[in-house]
Formats: sequence, structure tokens, C-alpha cells
Amino acid sequence: MEYVNLLTGFRVDGRRPNEMRQLKGEVGVVARADGSALFEMGNTRVIAAVYGPREVQNKGQQVNSKEALVRCEYRMADFSTGDRRRKPKGDRRSTEISLVIRQTMEASILTHLMPRSQIDIFVQVLQADAGTRAACINAATLALADAGIPMRDIVTSCSAGYLCSTPLLDLNYIEDSAGGPDVTVGILAKMDKVTLLQVTKYHELLLIAASFRTPLVLSSIHTNSITTILHTMCSLVKHFSCHLYPEGHCFL
Amino acid sequence: MGGHGTSDQDGEVVATLCGVVERVNKLVYVRTLRARYKPEVGDIIVGRVIEIAPKRWRLEINFSQDAVLMLSSMNLPDGIQRRRTAVDELNMRSIFEENDVICAEVRGFQHDGSLHLQARSQKYGKLERGQLLIVPAYLVKRRKQHFHHLEQYDVDLILGCNGFIWVGEHVVVGENTNMMEDKPSLSAEVENFTPLETRKHICRLANAVRVLSALGFTLTVELIIETAEASVSSNVEINNMLGAEFYVQTAEREAKRRADLLRKRSRGR
Repeated sequence: MEYVNLLTGFRVDGRRPNEMRQLKGEVGVVARADGSALFEMGNTRVIAAVYGPREVQNKGQQVNSKEALVRCEYRMADFSTGDRRRKPKGDRRSTEISLVIRQTMEASILTHLMPRSQIDIFVQVLQADAGTRAACINAATLALADAGIPMRDIVTSCSAGYLCSTPLLDLNYIEDSAGGPDVTVGILAKMDKVTLLQVTKYHELLLIAASFRTPLVLSSIHTNSITTILHTMCSLVKHFSCHLYPEGHCFL
Repeated sequence: MGGHGTSDQDGEVVATLCGVVERVNKLVYVRTLRARYKPEVGDIIVGRVIEIAPKRWRLEINFSQDAVLMLSSMNLPDGIQRRRTAVDELNMRSIFEENDVICAEVRGFQHDGSLHLQARSQKYGKLERGQLLIVPAYLVKRRKQHFHHLEQYDVDLILGCNGFIWVGEHVVVGENTNMMEDKPSLSAEVENFTPLETRKHICRLANAVRVLSALGFTLTVELIIETAEASVSSNVEINNMLGAEFYVQTAEREAKRRADLLRKRSRGR
């Protein structure tokens, strides 16, 4: 299938190869949570809720009492995909993504400031259109900022792929299921450090080694622009307090 | 110089929290808006018992850890100062049970970092016959007085520094439990009955607190009473207080109040 139009260079959904989907974020969507956020990347829609820092519920899980324990649960809603299906709770995919998100967020949270406590991050995918991992990380960052949890930096994430010998930014469902290689990058924006780098079809990427750097560079450049948006949102939250819901619309 | 909520990155002061930047002389710090409660010694707090451990109760107070109320740091119901015996320890459930709402004072941090409370006065202790409201902690400012007896309503209002607010029937401080036991059971039942009028007042005040906290206004007794009174004078039923109309009314009243305050100040200059 032709994923990039040879004549115009546009993708299936009319974007340019280096164009992101529309981003939208909303803070304070869950009333009972300490912090929460709704994050949309095109048709991918994710909700994140943060509880804590609070007393450690299961003392056995606490490894180091000088640092906060970070936990994360990723879940896909039954109605999130094209076919409605009951999603089992502890399947491999969601366990893996939970772990990935936990590690990424733990890298940015200043856990040593909150000893003997635990932070729970719950992310749920309401609508899956590829790039849920990246969307979840962005949502979790916003929710943590909303909860007033100290962080080294804002973590932002974005995916990129390689189809029709073109590097593509922020794949959608059609492009994602095309079976090309793709990378998800998480970046501590201001410190300019990579906290997450996941590659699927690594061998294929090696085959096209010359262009290996391109999707990576592409997504890292654009995570920086996501960062700007998240920063703006945080400053909006600052100005309007948490009782108004700032919405950051942006085309990139 | 960087204070709380900041970190030093390559000689640059960077915020680590989402909030408002505050400057005191050379110190720069960030104040968060929605973070959890940060206890200070002497704060009056309202909390809920979640566990009874040996010689202590554990309380949920919206802090990053549970607070501890030791049996030794509270007055016994018989009011006698003495050593706590093993019998007292066994009878702890007769003082506070799980899920009881309690009012206490922050005593301090133990060297291991846990938070200890004390309840060494008649005014502290179990709260009954009322409503517990949970609002963001930053809406309650530290004041001289956190216990309020609203005589016109016969209601007690406790503004806990941790954002837990208690609205309940007025109890006479210094009431001895022994006295209660002496009375025949029938009158005790009558004693336990909260009149409908008082219950309505409790609900009205509680709804006023809900409206104000949802609008993000700092909660003071004056403002709560004013809001409750405004709802009475504009004939808003208790159940309609949480409707959009009353929200707008309250917000407009507050906006007017602030505008007046500004005008007064500028005239003063």
C-alpha cells in the first residue's frame, strides 16, 4: 500500500511526513485524584490520574525507605479499539507498558524528597489510534505536574516510523499496523536527556541503517515541541489555578 | 538562591514544581497549588482513623504519610492524669474506632520522619453528628482560631489546616462522659437526637463550603456564614445551593467584594 503519496508527499491522513497530529490536553479531569490529565494526540485519547504521595500500602514493595515508591498501571478501555473486547488486566502488553511508563516517570520524579510514601499513576487508554505509549507518558507528566509532585524535568514522548522509504513522525493506526519499524522516544526536554527509547523491528532498522537516525532525530525534535506545549499548559495552570481547565490546542 | 520547589541545573535555578514563583528578598521558591497538605507544628487538623495499632491510632490527614496519635498524648475520657495501663490499651477502641473523625493538633515530627499528633484538651477528640468536607488544603489559611461556634445556627465549624472541614452539631466543651452515663437511657436518647433545624443548618453551611471550595475561594468563617446567609436571603433551597445559579451568584458577590476592597484601597492612597 502507498503510505506516502509519491506525487504530493502527503500521508494517508493528509499530514506531511514530519507533521504531528493535533494535540490537546486538559488538567484536573478526575475530581478525587490528587492530579489528573486528559491527553489527546489525534484520535489517541488517554486519561491519567495520580494519587499521592501517600502512605505506602504494601510495605513489602518498599525497597528504599528514603525514596518514594512509584507505581503505574496502564489499562486499555474495552471500547478503546475498533473491535470491542474485554481486556484482561494483567496481560503481557499492558504489564510491559506499565513498567515502561513507571521507569520513565521515576527517572524524572524527585523521589528522594518524599521518603516513606508512594505515588500511584493510573493511565487508561480511552481511544487507541497508535502511539498510546507516548500519549500515556505525556498524560502522566501533566497529571504529576497537576498533583504538585517535584520533577527534575518534564518528560515528553513521541513515536516515529519508517514506511515507503520515508521517515514518518507520530504514526497513526493505519501506518502503525503497516508493519514497518518504529521508535518511541521519551525525552527530558530541558536537560536534553533520553529517558526512553523503544524500537520495534530493530533488524529492519539496521538494514536501513543509513536512515536509522532519521526517525529518532525526527521524534526527538518534535518531543521538544511537545515540551513547549506542556510547559505552556503548566504555566496556564499556574495562572488560572486548577479550577479552570486550560486547553492547549496546537498544530505542528 | 533557590528554595523549595527549585533545583540547580548548570548554575541556573529551575522549577521542579508546577505552581507560583514567590520571592522573598534573594530566596526564590515555588508554591504549588494542588499539592497535599504540609503539616506545621501547632496546626489544628481534622482526620479520620484508619487503623488501630499498639498504643496508637493511625489517621488519614491528606499528608504524604499517615499521622500517628499516641495513646499517651491524649487526654483519657475520665480526665485523670495517670500512666496509661495495659487495660487502657485494650480499651482503645472505646475511645476512637476505625473511621471515626477526630480533631487534633500537630505535635511534631519524630526523628524517623513520622508525624505525631496530640489531643490534650477537651476541645480535641471525636467529632460526631455532622459532616466532614474535604477541600484543597491551600484554601484554609492558618489563623488564631480554627474552632468556631456559630451560635445563630447552633453549629460547630472546624477548619482543619489540612483541608478537612467539619460542620457538626454544637457540643458543650468540658462535658463529662460520666455525667452522661448517670442519666437514664431515655433522656440519653433525646440527647442523641439532632433537631431537624440544626441538621438543615449543617447542610446549608456544608453546601456553602462546597460551593466556595469549588470556586477556589479561601475559606474563612465570615465568608462561609455570608454565603449561607445569602442563600437564605435569596430563597435558595439547600439542595439548589450546588446548582449553577448559586455558583454564579457567589462568584459575583465575591468579585464585587474584591472590587470594593480595591476601590477603598486606592481611595486610601
